[in-house]
Amino acid sequence: MDSSQLFGIATIAYILAMVAYIAYLAFKNSTVGNIATTITIAGFVSHTIAFFVRTAEFMEVGQMGIMRAIPLTNLYESLIFFVWCLILGYLLIELRYKTKSFGAFITPIAGMTLAFIELSGIHKDIHPLVPALQSNWLLSHVTMSFLAYAAFAISFATAMMYLAVTTEKKKDRAYIFWTTTLGIFIAILAAMCIDFFTFKIVASRPESFIKSYLFKATFRSSSGMVVLLSTIGLAAIIYAVYNFGHIIKKVITSFNISKEMLDDLTYKSIAVGFPVFTLGGLIFGAVWADQAWGRYWSWDPKETWSLITWFVYAFFLHARYLRGWKGQKIAIVAVIGFVSTIFTYLGVNLLLTGLHSYGAQ
Amino acid sequence: MWRGYIKREGIITVEDKKSQGLVDKVWEILSSIKLAVVVFTLISATSIVGTLIQQQVEPERNIKMLAKLFGDSAPAVFKVLDMMGFTDMYRSWWFLALLFIFAVNLVVCSIDRLPGIWKLTKTPVKPLDPEMFRTMLMRPQLQIKEKLGDAAVKVSSALKKIGFKNIQSDEKTGQIYAEKGRYSRLGVYVTHLSILLILLGGIEGKFFGFDGYLALREGDTASFLESRNGSKIPLGFSVRCDDFDVSFYDNSDTPKAYTSKLVVLENNNEVLRKQINVNDPLRYKGVIFYQASYFFNPDRIDDSRFIMKVYSQNTGKSQEVSVALDKSFDVSGTKIKGKVTDYSPAVGIDNKTGELFTYSNQMNNPAVFIEFEEAGKTVHKQWFLKRFPETWKTPFGSVQLLDIWGVQYTGLQVRKDPGVWLVYLGCLFMAIGLYAAFFMSHRRIWVHLTEDKGKTTVSVAGSTNKNKIQFDQKIDSLIKSL
Ligand code: HEM
Repeated sequence: MDSSQLFGIATIAYILAMVAYIAYLAFKNSTVGNIATTITIAGFVSHTIAFFVRTAEFMEVGQMGIMRAIPLTNLYESLIFFVWCLILGYLLIELRYKTKSFGAFITPIAGMTLAFIELSGIHKDIHPLVPALQSNWLLSHVTMSFLAYAAFAISFATAMMYLAVTTEKKKDRAYIFWTTTLGIFIAILAAMCIDFFTFKIVASRPESFIKSYLFKATFRSSSGMVVLLSTIGLAAIIYAVYNFGHIIKKVITSFNISKEMLDDLTYKSIAVGFPVFTLGGLIFGAVWADQAWGRYWSWDPKETWSLITWFVYAFFLHARYLRGWKGQKIAIVAVIGFVSTIFTYLGVNLLLTGLHSYGAQ
Repeated sequence: MWRGYIKREGIITVEDKKSQGLVDKVWEILSSIKLAVVVFTLISATSIVGTLIQQQVEPERNIKMLAKLFGDSAPAVFKVLDMMGFTDMYRSWWFLALLFIFAVNLVVCSIDRLPGIWKLTKTPVKPLDPEMFRTMLMRPQLQIKEKLGDAAVKVSSALKKIGFKNIQSDEKTGQIYAEKGRYSRLGVYVTHLSILLILLGGIEGKFFGFDGYLALREGDTASFLESRNGSKIPLGFSVRCDDFDVSFYDNSDTPKAYTSKLVVLENNNEVLRKQINVNDPLRYKGVIFYQASYFFNPDRIDDSRFIMKVYSQNTGKSQEVSVALDKSFDVSGTKIKGKVTDYSPAVGIDNKTGELFTYSNQMNNPAVFIEFEEAGKTVHKQWFLKRFPETWKTPFGSVQLLDIWGVQYTGLQVRKDPGVWLVYLGCLFMAIGLYAAFFMSHRRIWVHLTEDKGKTTVSVAGSTNKNKIQFDQKIDSLIKSL
């Protein structure tokens, strides 16, 4: 079997698991719950094996040994790895907190992301590494950055859920904050879907994909009419989320997740993500830049934005630890942290010009 | 506010002293978290501006960008931004000042708290007085059927099981107690110290190091670099590039490796030779040479050599030849002479027509055009392409082009940074400090035993500075094993 078939099995498993988790929430039957967990684990195992198979396929093409064949080199591979981290994080939470309530949230994200990758016709080719990318430091940098992103993504999800369950009135600033953020996220995801289906993506590297395709079918379209319509669409989505936020709240409340646990999980994910991001995202990135280009820090936009993200999370930790910030205030900081994370990964490449044109010597 | 926090933990109580003199006031400001927040925000906000405006580029690029926002007044806006240092922001005095305030804040803040924490880490765990014990009680009392002596042994081994070593007991109070991870409390300080080390390393590099660029033709030697502002920096020794080469993944234009063969010379004596790669630089006397770029430029083609492997059918032997443009070489065992009369850095073959064309100005697939003559008459002429073996055959054998030497330049990024070790040390400290701060905790536990009619009453008190849930689970398993 080749890696993409194995990824296919994982995709199907996550979607089945989603059904089982929802059934579990509906019937509260522990057998159903165990089935859901088993399917998720089966999917995860297949996903893991697929990763190794892909590595073997990559070794075949690159002929440079296993350390130069870790499949983390293009958008396809990094999305798949991100989903892998997400499921790993979820399984750890399920094990540790003995709760299956999050399964119904995480498995659909995982399944849908993988299915989406499949449908979008994103390029799956294996590209051998250009010289600048042949570095163990870079490998650790990329791997750990994605682990940290996954941890931050979880903290974002729990912080948003926290805000959703704890806000009562539509006039609350926290309510406006979370509904607007969610609205923007949904709009961005929708815009990306439109891109995918319009262009049938062919770019092989995230950087070039972002530069030449992202939002080209909507907000960055050459036609002013389309841009206008997209903006109206964005406003409509935000308004819809704002207006129907209470329904989302009801759904989340019905999952019976206590707000203390959400608060705790937000902190825990950041307490894991922060050191991993510091070491992998900042330090290993700097060491790699030092080895490859002769400067460990050059204040280019991507580096600067990772530093800003780092500051936001450092602020989160200090506010909580020293000032005892809890609840909505700290949840808002966690959400801002993740917005900054996404901007570091996507926005910088999209909007700013910088030196981070890896490997394009 | 952090004094309050220490009080909450119930270990030390620091008197809230009223600030009086100016020194105290300044100290208070410098140690405040408020200042930290202000500085964080300022650094972030200005950095964002710094990522929007391109740094250290020709003014036109930024004016063009600004024109989208400000229209005709873009040049004026640019002038203001330029005056404020935003076009070379990360070097501007005010940005460095922000970093400096950040560092001072960090130092003062740490010094402010260090004595308390230091005392805490220096003081080993002691038995608790009964009142303290009551406030730190973690579970309701429980009775076990062993006698006191046996119970003590049992408790000790149970404590070992949940990870405590060095278990002590105190006759007078009847307590068995232990602690773990006392020094992890210093993790935060190690983290803060590491940030200072990194900043210091950065400053040292700025003031005592240099940064430059060197373009070296194959065969050339240099003892000066060019700095960013165009001035020349003496190296104190010289470097020569013997060869530059790009290798490709088989028959594609995807580069696999860029390599330069470098030689270090002191007073014309070779002292070091190294083949450098993109991720594998040359180091000599604190100066590091990185493979950064390359280009093809046949400006001194007369000095260059075509290196080829010539195979002769008559002798059945191959011979490596190295000739200049328009100079002849012999095909051994024959009277035929070959002469390179034309060349190109990258020749491809059109799939449909079979025609040759140049497709790149880099040396991706170099080719030579050779005219063969015998007794003054041209007998054969042909293109030889380095990467296409089907073009190597001749009527008298074959010719394989190995390299055109002397037409490529290697671009070296050169740096001397005496502060880099401090930066690396800082990174190491940060990793250790963060590990201690997030994944370790200082846990203390006291178990009080009293005998009552042949049975023993056990009560457990404990404290941890973080990760309460995990500590709670440990206590649970302790109770279970009793
Ligand atoms: C971006 C830079 C900084 C980083 C990465 C950093 C890192 C940390 C970490 C990891 C902790 C432990 C938090 C926890 O356990 O949840 C901490 C605590 C602390 N930080 Fe920072 N910090 C930074 C800047 C600052 C600054 C500028 C100040 C000064 C105002 C400061 C003051 C403190 C204090 C007072 C504590 C508590 C220490 C204790 O418990 O004894 N930090 N810091």
